[in-house]
Amino acid sequence: MRYLRLWQLLLFVGIFALWQVLAQPELLPPIVWDNPHRAAFFFGEPLKIFKVVWEWFAGGVIYEHLWVTLQETALAFVIGSVLGLVAGLWLGLSPTASALFDPYITAMNAMPRVVLAPIFMVWFGLGIWSKVALGVTLVFFIVFFNVYQGVKEVSPVVLNNAVMLGANRRQLLRYVYLPSATSWLFSSLHTSVGMAFVGAVVGEYLGSARGVGYLIQQAEGAFDINTVFAGILVLTAFALVLDFAVGKVERRLLVWRPSQSETEKL
Amino acid sequence: MTAAVEFDAITCTFAGKAGSYTAVKGVSLAIGAGEFVSVVGPTGCGKSTLLNVAAGLLGPSSGTTRVFGEPLAGINRRAGYMFQSEALMPWRTALANVTAGLQFRGVAPDAARARGQDWLERVGLGGFGDRYPHQLSGGMRKRTALAQMLILDPQILLMDEPFSALDVQTRQLMENELLELWNADRKSVLFITHDLEEAIALSDRVVVLSAGPAARPIGEFAIDLPRPRDVSEIRHDARFIELHDRIWHSMKEEVLKGYAQTRNRVAS
Repeated sequence: MRYLRLWQLLLFVGIFALWQVLAQPELLPPIVWDNPHRAAFFFGEPLKIFKVVWEWFAGGVIYEHLWVTLQETALAFVIGSVLGLVAGLWLGLSPTASALFDPYITAMNAMPRVVLAPIFMVWFGLGIWSKVALGVTLVFFIVFFNVYQGVKEVSPVVLNNAVMLGANRRQLLRYVYLPSATSWLFSSLHTSVGMAFVGAVVGEYLGSARGVGYLIQQAEGAFDINTVFAGILVLTAFALVLDFAVGKVERRLLVWRPSQSETEKL
Repeated sequence: MTAAVEFDAITCTFAGKAGSYTAVKGVSLAIGAGEFVSVVGPTGCGKSTLLNVAAGLLGPSSGTTRVFGEPLAGINRRAGYMFQSEALMPWRTALANVTAGLQFRGVAPDAARARGQDWLERVGLGGFGDRYPHQLSGGMRKRTALAQMLILDPQILLMDEPFSALDVQTRQLMENELLELWNADRKSVLFITHDLEEAIALSDRVVVLSAGPAARPIGEFAIDLPRPRDVSEIRHDARFIELHDRIWHSMKEEVLKGYAQTRNRVAS
């Protein structure tokens, strides 16, 4: 499709324009509610939302909160990934440990982990660490299952070849299992970064003094729906940027992976 | 003279869900030092099983394997193994794959790289050291695997249909290159193939295995063709054709038997 980006942009503008028209008080005759301000109260008005966003960025209020959310996301991602990698390698390589822990892993994965947030709040306080802990519980399982699968699915031929080339058990772990497992880790990068982000924001929303989730929670308490939407908008944009960055890193790290569009051979 | 590899009454039985399956039974076979021996036989006759026993990747159910006179326990450290399917580490470049064995042995990285580069050049891949396996063609991956094996200078080469996935032209090129490399220092080779022409063209001796289950050698043929050989030309040699006829004659029955078994297995 030609001008794809242009059409995408037009769609964006169209949606927000429609939203503005439907929600603006006294622009259209009342259809659903008698009170002309009711629609704006529930759904906000895009123009006011963008004004809030503008003020946040122009006034510099938002940066501190974004920075806190980013820190939480990054820490949750790194800690969760490392723990997941270690646990995945261990259980993947030890059938006994895997058999022993299997029901517990399944149970902990099935548990809605957001309910842990109040406990983490008690344990780690209202600072960033309770949010990091929540993010870690979300990231851990994604990474764990991927690495576990990665270890299980190492090609037996590659493994035998390494053995014949003289690799001992430790070398097999370091030069065969670990690279294979990390490749699975990287393929779950998008999901796990997303989950770290969810953990951070939900944690902030449930109780904090800083962060974008905190801004949303504050605005909601004051029935300021425009600010809530502004917060959602900023979070979405932030997540997009994060996802883009992850995509860049992924392409860099998985350079050895054949991609479907790859034609360069020889 | 002690044989490089000697099988003494090797039997391999696998326990499966549908009962146990004996792949090879009572195989006794010796590969002399510096000898190039090919084992041919119908598909599914346990050729690869024998090779895995020689490599020490698989312990036989009964019988002993001796390597230069010593009973083999665990991995055969004097052997290099070239696999039928892709065995390169996909996350390593061609050069890093070639030097993997040196790295496992604790050779300094710089020295390993220099030797790896040298071996890549010997197999004609001098400019491709930084490519990943998926960026190489099938033939180039085989060359990389060959260099990966030979860089460790093993005394015994175990090769499991290494060129079966290649097209005919590439295959003949690779066979010639293998002969050239082998000629330089005459290692002992146990070469598994289902292609009789390949076996004759390369070997000093061809061993025919019966159809499985319980496969065993049913014939041995000395190949007295002069060396050095060119595999694409030697196929038209009168002596080659004569040998081919003789071996094929003894194999035919087994191949048909193997074929019938496979067909029955599919049908049932």
